Amino acid sequence: MILDLPDTNTGAINKKIVALREDGGAITLGRVLTLVVAPTTEAILEESIEAANTASREHPCRVIVVLPADPGADQSRLDAQLRVGRDAGANEVVVLRLSGPLAAHASSVVTPFLLPDTPVVTWWPDVAPAVPATDPLGKLAIRRITDATNGADPLASIKGRLAGYTAGDTDLAWSRVTYWRALLASALDQPPYEPITSALVSGLEHEPALDILAGWLACCIDGPVTRAVGELKVELVRPSETITLSRPQQGVTAKLVRTGKPDARIPLARREARDCLAEEMRRLDADEVYYRALQGLDKVTYV
Amino acid sequence: MSECDVRPADWVNPLRDKRDKRMPRIAGPCAVVIFGVTGDLARKKLMPAIYDLANRGLLPPSFALVGFARRDWADEDFGQIVHDAVKEHARTPFRQEVWDRLSEGFRFVQGTFDDDAAFDRLRDTLHKLDAERGTGGNHAFYLSIPPSAFPQVCEQLSRSGLANKPDGCWSRVVIEKPFGHDLASAEALNGVVNSVFPESSVFRIDHYLGKETVQNLLALRFANEMFEPVWNAHYIDHVQITMAEDIGLGGRAGYYDGIGAARDVIQNHLLQLLALTAMEEPVSFSPHELQAEKIKVLSATRLAEPLDVTTARGQYAAGWQGGQEVVGLLDEEGFSKTSTTETFAAITADVDTRRWAGVPFYLRTGKRLGRRVTEIALVFKRAPHLPFDATMTEELGQNALVIRVQPDEGITLRFGSKVPGNAMEVRDVSMDFSYGSAFAEDSPEAYERLILDVLLGEPSLFPVNAEVELSWEILDPVLDYWAAQDREGGKPQSYESGTWGPESAFEMLRRSGREWRRP
Repeated sequence: MILDLPDTNTGAINKKIVALREDGGAITLGRVLTLVVAPTTEAILEESIEAANTASREHPCRVIVVLPADPGADQSRLDAQLRVGRDAGANEVVVLRLSGPLAAHASSVVTPFLLPDTPVVTWWPDVAPAVPATDPLGKLAIRRITDATNGADPLASIKGRLAGYTAGDTDLAWSRVTYWRALLASALDQPPYEPITSALVSGLEHEPALDILAGWLACCIDGPVTRAVGELKVELVRPSETITLSRPQQGVTAKLVRTGKPDARIPLARREARDCLAEEMRRLDADEVYYRALQGLDKVTYV
Repeated sequence: MSECDVRPADWVNPLRDKRDKRMPRIAGPCAVVIFGVTGDLARKKLMPAIYDLANRGLLPPSFALVGFARRDWADEDFGQIVHDAVKEHARTPFRQEVWDRLSEGFRFVQGTFDDDAAFDRLRDTLHKLDAERGTGGNHAFYLSIPPSAFPQVCEQLSRSGLANKPDGCWSRVVIEKPFGHDLASAEALNGVVNSVFPESSVFRIDHYLGKETVQNLLALRFANEMFEPVWNAHYIDHVQITMAEDIGLGGRAGYYDGIGAARDVIQNHLLQLLALTAMEEPVSFSPHELQAEKIKVLSATRLAEPLDVTTARGQYAAGWQGGQEVVGLLDEEGFSKTSTTETFAAITADVDTRRWAGVPFYLRTGKRLGRRVTEIALVFKRAPHLPFDATMTEELGQNALVIRVQPDEGITLRFGSKVPGNAMEVRDVSMDFSYGSAFAEDSPEAYERLILDVLLGEPSLFPVNAEVELSWEILDPVLDYWAAQDREGGKPQSYESGTWGPESAFEMLRRSGREWRRP
């Protein structure tokens, strides 16, 4: 059910939420966190809500979407929309559109809707603040999720994350390559047990997931790491073998090739935002490995 | 074989980092061989679980699944069987690209257990897979077959050189209950298996231990401050562990007749649940330490006596079960009209430790009961003093903490609460935590977790030899007692299908002023 509440205030919205819950039975038990979603435009709104709804099936939560509607208006105005039941996954969605001077005070509007005594996660699906932890919406949260892929300049976005890093930050570009990393790591569990001397990451120019993957390799191995533009693949070079994990750009099946071993194929489709988001919400403690990967970005050679 | 290179002691995988908690553990290259692929378990649980693991990206790129059975099948026929099983029973959605990759590694070997040539073919198939698919000489043998066939299969695996691997490669064997039918037979069975596979390579599946709620029992007890202080005889009156099934035994006579509920369920599942509920805190969560605590508590557990008043057994009679008219056990196909196999068993166990002195553990299980449910209920003592008039607390029962194992996994806390109104009246209410709503989708099926643990060589969730034998030691006296009754013309008390068991089970608790919960 979708319910519009034009030109309203937070008290009225909260009342309506309680009323809906009483009418519909106890549909909101057991929520584990509050997810604040802060898109900058309407363009990405529905997509973000859908991803949040899917992720909420794994992590029941209240979703609060807050976005500027008409920041240039003279008068402050709050328009709200409530979604419950089928339109909200395993949660309830509160969409808040802010106009006028109010647009600069999003956190004041969000605060009354935070669930008591449960963690808050803030997600910027497109453009993120330079230092997420000092942003008013970021201050509310223990986990701050950005997405360099949707930034204006993906490479600059992911490279800029280090300067603005605070423990608890993470980026969907990072969760997008979790399985790539896991496959590479488990390949190294097999013989020959030799150190990696160099690595190559190549793929689309505007795919920050590959940059962060290269950064991660650069901080893990003792040797040069190169990031190239071209076919999608990762190469790890050791004295007696080369491990290559590659995939057609739009494909769903990757190939793992190792010197002297049979080739292996494995399903490895690009991960959707919703799966990445669900993974981010699984652990709410600081991701130190992500921080190291950001630091490693400086050591990567771009060709 | 080059695959079996031993990992140097000082080798550290540069891409692994303990702090990297989001990285999933993917199993190393390996092949799984299932004996008894045509069975129910293989079709409904094992094959779907393997697909689900593949779908979650937890199987290695070099993975193979080999079926072994008497049927005259080609690899494709076997593939079709797996396909149907996956379509019907898998937990995760069917994805063609996952299926295509997985099915490339399917092989089928036709043969019987006494056929040397068949096991030679199996060996050749596995070696070929090692070469073609890179399964690395690592093989897990899943014996989804009756225990009577274990000796022969183990012997064949040993003869064909599949059981013994050079260092650096592994061979593991997975076995399912029943682990014998009494202490002597369990020891014999363990002897047979251990003569071929060392205990560290034997994985005994008790699928209850793969369930999230059961693992959560450890988190609940040892990660919280709130529960442990009351988890003892000072506050707990008694413990009830129930596993009830609504299904009957039609078509399962071959397995069940002469086995009965106590051997089928109490010996393994319920005593494992008892061990996890009653054990002391392990010094760490390493497999060895966990087993040490379970073994300690099982060795302190014995049946309460006299057995005629502390145990009960029953057999379901015709009745209405969940809107369907059903026949009694004696009319089920395949059962003898004079069968004394029990379909309901209840026992009282005492745990002779300081923590549990005087707290009876009531364990019951049965077929054709009111509904399908498994739970552990800790029932608390009454408050020592109630500063209310008797009329105010008439409806107040005993507080209870219930761990719901299945279905609707979660935890319920029952306590007294004031009924709204201007009179003081206290009534029982429930506070619920439900797994399904707190962490919905990522909860894997028990078999997924257990099969992955076998492939990773992680033994925490598998009972060892000693646990199996201790469980039989606990249970044997009542099995002997019932057998003696049978010889004197006794038999299990009948109960109507769809109810909660025979009268003697209720009587068993009533004697001490207690009652079974309706789960």
